[in-house]
Amino acid sequence: MTEIRGLSGKPVADLTLEAVRAGEVSLSDLRIHPETLERQAVLAEQHANPQLADNLRRAAELTQLPDDEVLGIYEALRPGRSTAGQLTALAGSLAGRGLPRCAALVAEAAEVYARRGLTA
Amino acid sequence: MDKQRVNLDGFAVENPELGLAAMRSPNDPEPGLVVKDGRVTELDGVPEAEFDSIDTYIARHGLDLTVADEVMALTDVAFARLLVDPAVPRAEIIRLSAGATPAKLARVLAVLRPPELGLAMTKLRARRTPSNQAHVTNRLDDPLLLAADSATAAAFGFREVETTVPVLADAPSNAVACLIGAAFGADGVLIQCSVEEALELELGMRGLTSYAETVSLYGTEQVFTDGDDTPWSKAFLTSAYASRGMKMRVSSGAGAEVLMAGAQGQSMLYLEARCVALARAIGAQGVQNGGIDGASVAAAVPSGLRELMSENVMVMMRNLESCSGNDALMSESDMRRTSRTLPIVLAGSDFAFSGFGSVQRYDNMFGPSNFNAEDIDDFLAMQRDWGIDGGLRTVAPARIGELRREAAQACRAVYAHLGLADFTDEHVGLAVDAAGSKDLGEADTLAVLSAAHAIRQRGLTVVDIVAALDECGYFEMAERTMAFVRARLTGDYLQTSAIFDEQLKVLSLITDPNDYAGPGTGYVPSAERQREIDAIRQARGVDDLRAVQARSAVAMLAATGAARPGQDPRDVVIGVSPAVGRDVWRCLSGLAVTDVLSEMLAGLEEEGCTGRVVRFNDSVDLGRIGLAAARLAGSGIGIGLQGKGTALIHRRDLAPLANLELYSVAPSVTPELYRLLGANAARHAKGGTPDPARNPYSDEAIEARYHTTVIALMELERRRMDPAVPPEELSLEGLK
Repeated sequence: MTEIRGLSGKPVADLTLEAVRAGEVSLSDLRIHPETLERQAVLAEQHANPQLADNLRRAAELTQLPDDEVLGIYEALRPGRSTAGQLTALAGSLAGRGLPRCAALVAEAAEVYARRGLTA
Repeated sequence: MDKQRVNLDGFAVENPELGLAAMRSPNDPEPGLVVKDGRVTELDGVPEAEFDSIDTYIARHGLDLTVADEVMALTDVAFARLLVDPAVPRAEIIRLSAGATPAKLARVLAVLRPPELGLAMTKLRARRTPSNQAHVTNRLDDPLLLAADSATAAAFGFREVETTVPVLADAPSNAVACLIGAAFGADGVLIQCSVEEALELELGMRGLTSYAETVSLYGTEQVFTDGDDTPWSKAFLTSAYASRGMKMRVSSGAGAEVLMAGAQGQSMLYLEARCVALARAIGAQGVQNGGIDGASVAAAVPSGLRELMSENVMVMMRNLESCSGNDALMSESDMRRTSRTLPIVLAGSDFAFSGFGSVQRYDNMFGPSNFNAEDIDDFLAMQRDWGIDGGLRTVAPARIGELRREAAQACRAVYAHLGLADFTDEHVGLAVDAAGSKDLGEADTLAVLSAAHAIRQRGLTVVDIVAALDECGYFEMAERTMAFVRARLTGDYLQTSAIFDEQLKVLSLITDPNDYAGPGTGYVPSAERQREIDAIRQARGVDDLRAVQARSAVAMLAATGAARPGQDPRDVVIGVSPAVGRDVWRCLSGLAVTDVLSEMLAGLEEEGCTGRVVRFNDSVDLGRIGLAAARLAGSGIGIGLQGKGTALIHRRDLAPLANLELYSVAPSVTPELYRLLGANAARHAKGGTPDPARNPYSDEAIEARYHTTVIALMELERRRMDPAVPPEELSLEGLK
């Protein structure tokens, strides 16, 4: 089985009490790694839940964004916050930075929001 | 009858226009699905051009179109039968349900009767092992009380602890206090701090909390938008939680749309079917539903409780984790709230409660749950009565006291070590002993606020908590918490229905799949778990009773020799059972056997007779003892007394089962009545007219209270029985 690592790349097995005592554990060591999420996505697919797999793959993409930006995108997707154009631009930016699945979600929102009156 | 508490509840006339209809409304659409070139062009009667945002999300992401034709062609009854047919495996239901529209699942579930819903739940829940979640909150956000209560909840077996705050800014402190406390109660308990998304994500990312569940979905676009979200914003949020390694489930449930005047005339079950379909579509692993905040709205209309349970089963059909409500007090009536919860506990859910209120009702910042701290003994008894696993276990009161003290002390130590707050010894003592925050006296709420502020500003993580526990000498808890940090990073607990067991093994749809396929299959508690379920602290055996009786033993009633027949016509014999004066000293009424004998002797004396006490060793039967006493007495009148306090008057010429007077309700017999029995025996002896006593009756569950003790007392009597030992005269010293 593949070795599990934190987002920093540090192997989970190294996250010991001794490492804590030595001051060698940082926040990024505690964050989940995108490969872990991908592995879980495969499992979810094998267990009859492709939607959960999609979600975990979007999550894998989001591990590379800082918290503020993640929350900023969430805010932009709430009703009446963004114009369709803004959402489309956001989708383009996400796609350009290697987050194609998140980009697709935002692009679809742009289309539906415009039709349903959910844009700013 | 109007004074019964059930009449405090509100009951609504069914009114579909307001959404006050549980299972079906005339405005619900006919189930239907039209697919052209792999695209849904009509969903439950709505053409694609008119799809609202919920329809759109479900149509594009929520349905398995490869099975759509097959499942939509099934009649409602045919599909419903599959749900309860043990020969049809769960996987087949999951496969078919994936292609069913919301209206279809609502119609199918409406076919099931309540026991069939139970059977469907037993078969369809995702995780084999059922579990339970607790609310741990208090009005003051007091960290020491939270730590103590979280330890208590974990010790009782709750595998998720959900906290929240009356004061938003206190949230980081609550998360830390519950985290520390739970580690003392048990390994691997998941902590949630239910607050606004940004803060909740932040706490999770820092490892202080591990799951979230208050991400609400609604069944109509209007209410969804009023809730300031869309399916896309919620889908994104779902991924955001997973990206920070947090388990997450969404919340929905009957009544929310009705309360927000946005039900559009549709039934609760249909609107919830849309929520559940959407939950699956956005990729959430589970759903908290079954009314939740709107449970009492559902309960106000006909078949409301059936609707609530149908919601849970629907979640299971969509292959998701069900956190099955029961978290809002839906009635003032104990019978009604039990009736609401029991079927789900019996069937077994991933989580029977999406928050059993493990604290006092007034301290539950979510509002009182349907079951609360004061109901834990009832719940444990119900679990034992039915031999089922509701996720909880008995903890010895002394053990709870220890755990609460350790947790509160550790919480204080960590707060002091990290420079968050200084709490006094007295405060620790109060938190340990408190039933709720009202017992804490005056609280320093600013100290909590500033501790919470410091946790957030300094960006403290679970590692800081581990280091503080370690440096304060709590090595085992530090190790335990660190092990949990490692376990989280494997991501296994992001799968459907995942919990950690106490060995930090993940139990989920994947690692612990429900394999129910009829009687003899599926989850059965292990022998060890069954012992936990059965061993409630109130259970008593014969040895317990022997010890209790021994504590009442006195140096009286010594045997003085073989009993001889009396000649005096005023001689009345009180015959006692074999264990009296040896193992049995106290009657069911709480009176000492010696005091009972004293009263009888005094009663005899008042009427001019003389009493003797003779122990009969050849029978435990009161009629035989009484008759044997009468045959020994010079007067031909005997009194029979069993150690438990049942007594009668007998005459030498009667059949054993006949008698002159009988006190059958031993727990209620008073000293005055025993004295009257003595006096009446004397009157019989003299040929006078007795004044027969009336047996006292009460409205209490006398049999429930005393039958187990009676059985144990009779066993003590039986063990002393020896037909070879003739009747013995007992010393009257101290009795007169």
